Amino acid sequence: MANTSTSTSLPFAPSRVFVHLTLISYLLLALLPILLVFMNSFKSRDAFFNDPLAWPTPETFSLIGYTKVLGRSDVLMYFGNSFIVTIASLFFILLFGAMAAWGLSEYRFKGNRWLKFFFAFGIMVPIRLGTVSILQLMVELNLVNTLTALVLVYVAQGLPLAIMILSEFMGQVPGELKDAARCDGIDEFRIFFQVVVPLIRPAIATVAVFTMVPIWNDLWFPLILAPSDKTQTITLGIQQFVGQYATDWNAVLASLSLAIVPVVTLYALFSRQLIRGITAGAVK
Amino acid sequence: MKLGFSWRVLVFIAPALLIYATFSALPLIDTLRLGLYTADDTGARSFAGLANYTTILSDPQWSTSFWNAMANNLKFFAIHMLVQNPVGLLLAALLSLRNVRFAATYRTVFFLPTLLSVVIIGFVWQLILSPLWGVSERLLSLVGLGDWFAPWLGLESSALITVSLMSVWQYIGVPMMLIYAALIAIPEDIIEAAVVEGASPWRIFWQIRLPLILPTLGLVTILTFVANFNAFDLIYTVKGAVAGPNYSTDILGTLFYRTFFGYQSQVASPTMGAAVATLMFLVILVGVAIYFLAVQRKLQRFAM
Repeated sequence: MANTSTSTSLPFAPSRVFVHLTLISYLLLALLPILLVFMNSFKSRDAFFNDPLAWPTPETFSLIGYTKVLGRSDVLMYFGNSFIVTIASLFFILLFGAMAAWGLSEYRFKGNRWLKFFFAFGIMVPIRLGTVSILQLMVELNLVNTLTALVLVYVAQGLPLAIMILSEFMGQVPGELKDAARCDGIDEFRIFFQVVVPLIRPAIATVAVFTMVPIWNDLWFPLILAPSDKTQTITLGIQQFVGQYATDWNAVLASLSLAIVPVVTLYALFSRQLIRGITAGAVK
Repeated sequence: MKLGFSWRVLVFIAPALLIYATFSALPLIDTLRLGLYTADDTGARSFAGLANYTTILSDPQWSTSFWNAMANNLKFFAIHMLVQNPVGLLLAALLSLRNVRFAATYRTVFFLPTLLSVVIIGFVWQLILSPLWGVSERLLSLVGLGDWFAPWLGLESSALITVSLMSVWQYIGVPMMLIYAALIAIPEDIIEAAVVEGASPWRIFWQIRLPLILPTLGLVTILTFVANFNAFDLIYTVKGAVAGPNYSTDILGTLFYRTFFGYQSQVASPTMGAAVATLMFLVILVGVAIYFLAVQRKLQRFAM
């Protein structure tokens, strides 16, 4: 920020103290619970019961929880399932979402507005309310306890918001570019994939981060559509696992920490993108 | 240059439309229809008109649990409105002040819990509040409030508030981010002018910035409403499908789950489940309708 604007803001030191005091207290409130679980997951059972607030020391350090959890081969499979479901859903949401956004924002036809409204409806009304019929449909399609069922539902869930956000960005693609390409006789599909998609890549990344989080974290649909041992996602796996091991605190703490690490790592890598996406999207 | 209809439009729109219609829109409509049917012991369904709704709303047992879940859900929403959104607004207002050092770090950390799975958050807080582990008691003693501790999650009087606050803690990042984005979008010159006129930061906030972000506060309210009346994961994780103690944490989402899948002595009933889902749909629809008709019309910022 330029110096000129600094000089116009009031030099109020006391309130600055208040500002930072509030922010730091909330910072502690947001971080401490996670930190507490993480740090105690590296301690022996006695140590975390006797002094839960201390950092692990060489005497209290123990990996027993982790060996127990990772000793179960299914944990890795749960992670694998979550990866497959999330990546596959993301791929189809972005591909079909971008295509539909282009179709809706670039072409004027009868029913265009109606279709937009139809999709927008899905942003406000949660897909969960249709669960009774979704389960019935999956039974008829023989897809219960398959990852395909989850992918289909998540794609349906993610499309409305993806289409809305991407349409906004499609509108910003300069008309001359498209017209020039059309004058050169380039096919509509090539214009879309080779001119438009590369231009809206940042928007696609934003939508990707937005849609990924709820899919990875969802408990409802894995619980209802794919609860079998082979198809559990990590969120459902942790839920069942912790329930099972309720009294084995080492295992509980370790499995929670293991579930937190990938999300925190991804967040550390993409937080700028995500936050920029949220702030840019909301400004509109 | 906007193009007219051609077969290409179909190719562009069809995949999204097909999946969205088949797995989201049609099941929702079908659920509304199913709510009008009953099933006998063999599973054969017959049209029953509004019988399911009469049962839910007038049968003593059903109506008690329905209105209990509804009241709890309203409290759940009220706590979010009274704690989550004001604190989110406060944090956003502080972060959007000029030259706050480490603003980016604060922002990043405040948003972190939102990204974690509800399951993780539920268990983490369950551990922390557990009287067995005693972490919260110890932390409270550090500030001299040790006697204050109680097994909040297990008490009928405090379980709902505790679970609501856990949810507030997790999702506070959402209102914070949306409000923050709106605050930094306010043109600098408006604030500059007020500063030059000698307005205090306090007055600038209440009389200039707050009125300008009213549309965002409306949006935050409706998002909170929809999310709260659709909530399930946290309560299921922390209190199970029975939402104890004595249904004191039961909300519409958990009631829907129990009705649909059955629990203990109650038989699973997809048609009753569909009726509960329909009632949830109506509640959400009313909320959304009020938002669009009253709030949005006044604020005129809907850009679709």
